[in-house]
Parts: sequence; structure tokens; C-alpha cells
Amino acid sequence: MTATFDQVANIIAETCDIPRDTITPESHAIDDLGIDSLDFLDIAFAIDKAFGIKLPLEKWTQEVNDGKATTEQYFVLKNLSARIDELVAAKGA
Amino acid sequence: MNLEYFQLVDQIIALNLEERRITVLAQIPQTSTIFQGHFPGYPLMPGVLLIEAMAQTSGWLLTASQNFERMPFLAAVREAKMRTFVMPGEALTIDAHIIHDGSGFAVTEAKVSVDGKLRCNAALTLRHVPFPNPDLRQHMEATAQRIGLQREPIAHG
Repeated sequence: MTATFDQVANIIAETCDIPRDTITPESHAIDDLGIDSLDFLDIAFAIDKAFGIKLPLEKWTQEVNDGKATTEQYFVLKNLSARIDELVAAKGA
Repeated sequence: MNLEYFQLVDQIIALNLEERRITVLAQIPQTSTIFQGHFPGYPLMPGVLLIEAMAQTSGWLLTASQNFERMPFLAAVREAKMRTFVMPGEALTIDAHIIHDGSGFAVTEAKVSVDGKLRCNAALTLRHVPFPNPDLRQHMEATAQRIGLQREPIAHG
């Protein structure tokens, strides 16, 4: 359980009014937690602010639509947290 | 302002892309069919149209900041406060600034003032996408010209 995951889970719980204890690293934001694209904008806003990054949502969506990636790669929370860690690391590089 | 055609912004009076701010003028007409129903004998500018005016102001800021490559659409309204009645014939000054520029969306804060006094304000989320068709882009460019929004910043500071 990473610090990033904890922070993301807290943001999701607060933003979408989802009980924190139902959010796990294996949760799929869309399929399991029922977060729609509009709610995800609020989450992205909060994540961008909290981590000082810009989640590349458009790029991810395009990759999924083009069949180059699966939603699991970006929206299962442990994977989302890993992507956030990569973006934070890239920012500091 | 042409309420029936949803043309709520009359003139851009300041645009600062560096600071991500815009100020526009919006003159509410004395008469409109809308005022016949809202409300009979006591005409008021509807709050939803004030929100729309703030959204359009935010939209022009986003359109300019993206050099007319993308079209913004209102996605969410939060913390909208209608503080005092807005009447027919009043001249509105609407300010908006981008507080967050995300991927495919932006969050703005906007406010409506009359004679320097705050009348309403809101935080807005707008999605933006490439123009869905050339007609809409052409219409937006023509409207931009009419209200004095140029493709390059018209004012700095």
C-alpha cells in the first residue's frame, strides 16, 4: 500500500462520496467504483493539485480508444498510483 | 446581449493570457420575452443565464488561450451564488480566470459585477475538445471578431 495510493483513495472518497474502506489498490475506478467521466475530472483536478502534475487524461483515453492500452492500465488504482509516481518522478528529473 | 440567441457576451475589454484572465462587458436588454415569464410584473435576469454568461466568458478565455484550436463546453458548476438581483438594462462586467488547466478540461472562477459591486460568482469546469466541425469553428471565429476577441492577445497587464 503506497502513500500515493492512500492519497488517491482519500481524494476519491472525498470527491465522490465513496466510503474510504471500499477503495482498494485493486479497485477499478470506473468498473468497480462507478466513477463516471465527469466525476473523474474532479478527481483529476484534485490529483493534479495534490501532486503538482497534469494527468494526461486525453492521451490515455485516446490510447484506450485506439486499442493500444486497456482501461485497467490507467484506472485500476494501483496502476493509476504508479502512473502518478512516474509523472512526479518525470517532473523532478 | 441577445438573450434569445444565447449571445451573452457583448465585448471583450481585457484579455491577459499570461495571467489567464479575461474581462468582458454584457449589457442586459431592457426588454426580452424571457422577462415576460421571469417574472411577470417583476423582471429579473435568470440565475441560469448569469451562470451561462460566466461560462461563455470562461469559454472565450479558453478559446483564446488555445488559439481557436478547441471548443470549450460547460461540464460542471459549483459554488454558484446569486447574491443580488440583476435587472433588465443593467451593464454587467464579467471576470473569469483559469485556476487549473488540466488535460482536456479547465477549472475557472468567474464573477459578475455591476458598478464594481459583486452580484454573482461561480467555479466552473469546462471540457474542451477539438472543434467538432468547421461550421462551429467558423461561427466562433465570426463571433470572436464581433466581440473584439482577436487571435492574439489584445491586452497585456
